[in-house]
Amino acid sequence: MNKIQVITSINHEEVEFLCEPQETLLDVLRDTLGRTGTKEGCATGDCGACSVLVDDRLVCSCLVLAAETGGREITTIEGIATEEGLHPIQQKFLDHAALQCGVCTPGLIIATKSLLDRHPDPDETTIRYWLAGNLCRCTGYDKIVRAVQDVARDLAGPA
Amino acid sequence: MEAFAYVAPSSIDEAVAELARHAKKGHRTQVLAGGTDLLVQMRGADIEPRILVDIKNVAETNRLHLGNNEIFIGAAIPSAVLNENAELVELLPGLLEAADLIGSTQIQGRATLGGNLCNASPAGDTIPAMIAVGVSCVIAGGKGQREMPVEKFVVGVGRNALEAGEFLVGLKIPRPKSRAADAYLRFTPRTEMDIAVAGCGVSVTLDAKGLCKEARVAIGAVAPTAILVPAAANALIGTTLDDAALAAAAAACSDAASPITDKRGTIDFRRKVVGVLCRRATAIARDRALARKVLGV
Amino acid sequence: MSESIDYKLVGTSPVRPDGVDKVTGRAQYGADLNLPNQIHGKVLRSPHAHARIKRIDTSRATAMPGVYAVITGEDFPPPPEHGDVGGEAGGSIGDHARNIMARDKALYHGHAVAAVAARSLRIADEALAAIEVEYEVLEPVLDLDAAMAPGAPLLDENCFTKNLPEKSDKPSNIAEVMLLSRGDVDKGFEEADVIVEGEYRIPMAHQGYIEPHACIANTNEAGQSTVWCCTQAHFDFRAITAKVLNMNVADLKFIASEIGGGFGGKTVVYLEPLAVLLSRKARRPVKMKMTREEVFRATGPTSGTHCKIKVGAKKDGTLTAATAWMAYEAGAYAGAPMGPGALTVFVPYHLENFKVEGYEVLVNKPKVGAYRAPGAPQSMHAMESAIDDLARELNMDPLDLRLKNAAEEGTRASYGPKFPVIGLKECLRAAKAHPNYTRALPEGAGRGVAVGFWFNFGLQSSAEVHVNENGTVTVVEGNPDIGGSRASMCIMAAETLGVPYESVRTLIGDTESTGFSNSTGGSRTTFATGMAVVRACEDIIAQCRARAAVTWGIDEDQVLWVDGQAIPASGVNDELKPLSLADIAENAAKTGGPLLSRASLTAKGAGPSFSVNIADLQVDRDTGKIDVLAFTAIQDAGRAIHKAYVEGQLQGGAAQGLGWALNEEYIYNADGIMENAGFLDYRMPVASDLPMIDTQIVEVPNPRHPYGVRGVGETPIVAPLAAAANAVRDAIGIRIHDLPLSPPRVLAALDAAAD
Repeated sequence: MNKIQVITSINHEEVEFLCEPQETLLDVLRDTLGRTGTKEGCATGDCGACSVLVDDRLVCSCLVLAAETGGREITTIEGIATEEGLHPIQQKFLDHAALQCGVCTPGLIIATKSLLDRHPDPDETTIRYWLAGNLCRCTGYDKIVRAVQDVARDLAGPA
Repeated sequence: MEAFAYVAPSSIDEAVAELARHAKKGHRTQVLAGGTDLLVQMRGADIEPRILVDIKNVAETNRLHLGNNEIFIGAAIPSAVLNENAELVELLPGLLEAADLIGSTQIQGRATLGGNLCNASPAGDTIPAMIAVGVSCVIAGGKGQREMPVEKFVVGVGRNALEAGEFLVGLKIPRPKSRAADAYLRFTPRTEMDIAVAGCGVSVTLDAKGLCKEARVAIGAVAPTAILVPAAANALIGTTLDDAALAAAAAACSDAASPITDKRGTIDFRRKVVGVLCRRATAIARDRALARKVLGV
Repeated sequence: MSESIDYKLVGTSPVRPDGVDKVTGRAQYGADLNLPNQIHGKVLRSPHAHARIKRIDTSRATAMPGVYAVITGEDFPPPPEHGDVGGEAGGSIGDHARNIMARDKALYHGHAVAAVAARSLRIADEALAAIEVEYEVLEPVLDLDAAMAPGAPLLDENCFTKNLPEKSDKPSNIAEVMLLSRGDVDKGFEEADVIVEGEYRIPMAHQGYIEPHACIANTNEAGQSTVWCCTQAHFDFRAITAKVLNMNVADLKFIASEIGGGFGGKTVVYLEPLAVLLSRKARRPVKMKMTREEVFRATGPTSGTHCKIKVGAKKDGTLTAATAWMAYEAGAYAGAPMGPGALTVFVPYHLENFKVEGYEVLVNKPKVGAYRAPGAPQSMHAMESAIDDLARELNMDPLDLRLKNAAEEGTRASYGPKFPVIGLKECLRAAKAHPNYTRALPEGAGRGVAVGFWFNFGLQSSAEVHVNENGTVTVVEGNPDIGGSRASMCIMAAETLGVPYESVRTLIGDTESTGFSNSTGGSRTTFATGMAVVRACEDIIAQCRARAAVTWGIDEDQVLWVDGQAIPASGVNDELKPLSLADIAENAAKTGGPLLSRASLTAKGAGPSFSVNIADLQVDRDTGKIDVLAFTAIQDAGRAIHKAYVEGQLQGGAAQGLGWALNEEYIYNADGIMENAGFLDYRMPVASDLPMIDTQIVEVPNPRHPYGVRGVGETPIVAPLAAAANAVRDAIGIRIHDLPLSPPRVLAALDAAAD
């Protein structure tokens, strides 16, 4: 098996890895690079637990080949908080009790970031449809949607 | 066992050469665009090795051009990128809605019109929408490029008209005229994250008096391939797209359907609902066309 | 305990102590741990729903480079002949052993028949493909009618129906019957002015947790094994694994990872004994994780059911009699929640004449597992639909009809004992008064109500409390935190001790580092483990009073504990400065050493909890598609410890119940192969399918818990099924008896009514 060398950037840090042609970005993140914050719920693009940003585009990392990611900028849940602390989305998820088991949470936070980057002032319907690819079985989504609304309100408020 | 391999050619010629080289060796090759169907298939029962030829680095497959007479959509452009183009959404709202219905936001970031078409699922959302707006497929291969009407491209469940060594470069679409518009509706039990149980794409062109002078109606998920339904179009042409005309077109769609009962729906359900979708989609297309005073040139 | 008690922390919603790790990706779930030198285990699963295993040849797989171990049923000790799996998982240990690895028969498509451990998952897959299994394919038995029919093919030739009035000597697919009755049903129906009847079928449904099962086992040459896994019950997993492998419990250490949902489904052991055996053979750590498809095909959904209900009432709404007949699919082995289904069917009502007949039936589908209030949603869907029909016949408000007959303290419950203090009437009145009950409905929409119930369990729990040298507190307990229970434990500990919430941390100990606790299940954790935590904290307070007495040189009974401080009783010595927990902890070396306490108990007095749900649904009459417009979940929590997480339980249960009511179902083909084993076609609700879910927490405190806690986790899934069905009945004027209310079913009903 010929391995493919890939040089990419994960959370603004240059990363080099070897992968097999059929390995997905999710496989490499979790198994090769030890970035296990990105979760696997189905490996078929139906649950969103493995959501990451590739060049700021929201994708399921289980549906991206690792070999395709050379030269890209990948954002995972490990890259959301900063030296200053939690990202506002992370904080609001905690404040609103928007997680119960928490396994869908990394994917939802990434998807929310992507939503608010593009639509800083989304209505409830926009939020629900944007997040429709992120299954949560614990919360019934209510507190998740409220957390997102609250982040958006803060973003819209006086600087 | 043959190894998997991944190649990412950067031009049409290179891609054609790669495909030809592996075809000659008898390798199983598969073209990779968004990969949202292909990677799932590779995880599933079909784990046999193959050569993956990624066409996303080919400039032409990423080209989006809104010409005065013709629109070109490269085969590898993700649906999300297409839907961020306001002019394109304005011109082809039905086709873009269909593209927007493929999976989640995440899937949208990868899935392409070209991939949806080549995957040739009976339930592929964009296929009836493409048939409705008269898409022509641009195909590259060893003998150069050729074009083919989209309704001929899908030849069976999961089978398309590409020959060994060929790949889909992009889609050509006549730019809609004034007082013309399209619409696409599908039925799914959930609001999102579902496969069409039935789908219907419609495009209509009205004359100055509001009479329908051209129409194309296509239905999906109710036959082995998406199909054009001329009888439905005929029921619309020459009318004001009133309730009676819509009902007649709906009945034509139900008649044209030859669905199966499976985990997603029953024969009766699909047959009935495809008519409902035709009626509703035609009304949307009509209202859009009426709202369009002047479009294009 | 009176309602007016003013708590500082109980009933608030602080941020959970494990929160930051869960929003940053640090928290380690089942598949997130990797060990040096680990290899990967995979399971070979039966391609047939019913087959005799004639021969398994593993020689080719064993010889493959990179394959370290191959196991089949022959590598296991014989299944234990005695003993049951406790809690809500159900069934005998022997059957669990056979379910974990098939022996002579494969009883469902996906049943484990062999397993391998290899250097990579890819090699493991290739090794599975190299295992040759010779099957004698048998006719599968795929539904209740076929399984109960005379002459049906038998899953188990040694299955003799339990609890028959006369012991049967003929084997059967009916594993067990349950008969309950009270009063004179015939007389009761004679007294009735109105009688309604209905027959209801619901297919199997899955818990649908997002995290697939995963574990790593590391076994040494002495046979001692450490197992790291996602589980609701690491102590129970240890016990079952020990019995299945005939091992000493002391040789097994189970560490619970963070858990990505369970809803009952992770009280059942599947992978762990396989990983232990593979690891023993391979002498390396073996990691195993299921694919989503395996989760659907090979773990335990809940029973498909068939219920028949007949209810009679007088004109004024007084119920006079009711009968229920119900059959529950057990799947491949006994252990279906038919019992709780039978015990809960009439539970909300004061009913003097009733009869219940329940059947638990083997079919060639996966062995069912616990799913949130196991058994109750199905039977109560039937009864609550019938009550709705009755209200229409009587032209009564459906809440008034329920209020008229509602059980209350002292009512003899249909399951036997008299009810202690319960909050059913309070929930019904809250629903009646709720603005969502009287708000105008849009054209074409319908509103439905229904009652839900769960017993809630106590069982065994242990807890330890350590006071650190600066007065902060560590609580150690043994229940995996599946929905914020660490926060609840911290609240109860802080409230009891009188210290700030932030100064308490709760950790989940492994099986070697803390005392035994039963599963995080049965809605028992906040109740039972919470009780242990409170007791341990009370012990700390007693110790603090003693330490203060030593410090002050006064008698222990002259020291009071008020607001987190030791103070002298009034008139003892007013000059003594209060001693905080931190003061006492800092001085602990001089007063007797570190402060720690522990409590263990078998919790008694779990408080039953009732709920009332209000569903507003819109039906598209052309397509049968249902939109959820509004949903209101009202439930008696006894007392909410962490308010937001209690609301979350109500909302999550509502979403699961609505999914079950509207679209979720196991779809099988004629060969017994599940056709929708993935999230694409097993249609759980997505965010855009649901509205905000309004909640109202009713608090009728449970006098048997120090803070009045009843369990809250399970009741929320019970009422949505009938609430949805009743809303559809209201919207379209047609009673659809079966679930799910999927578009083809609804449209067919509309069409049939139009003809």
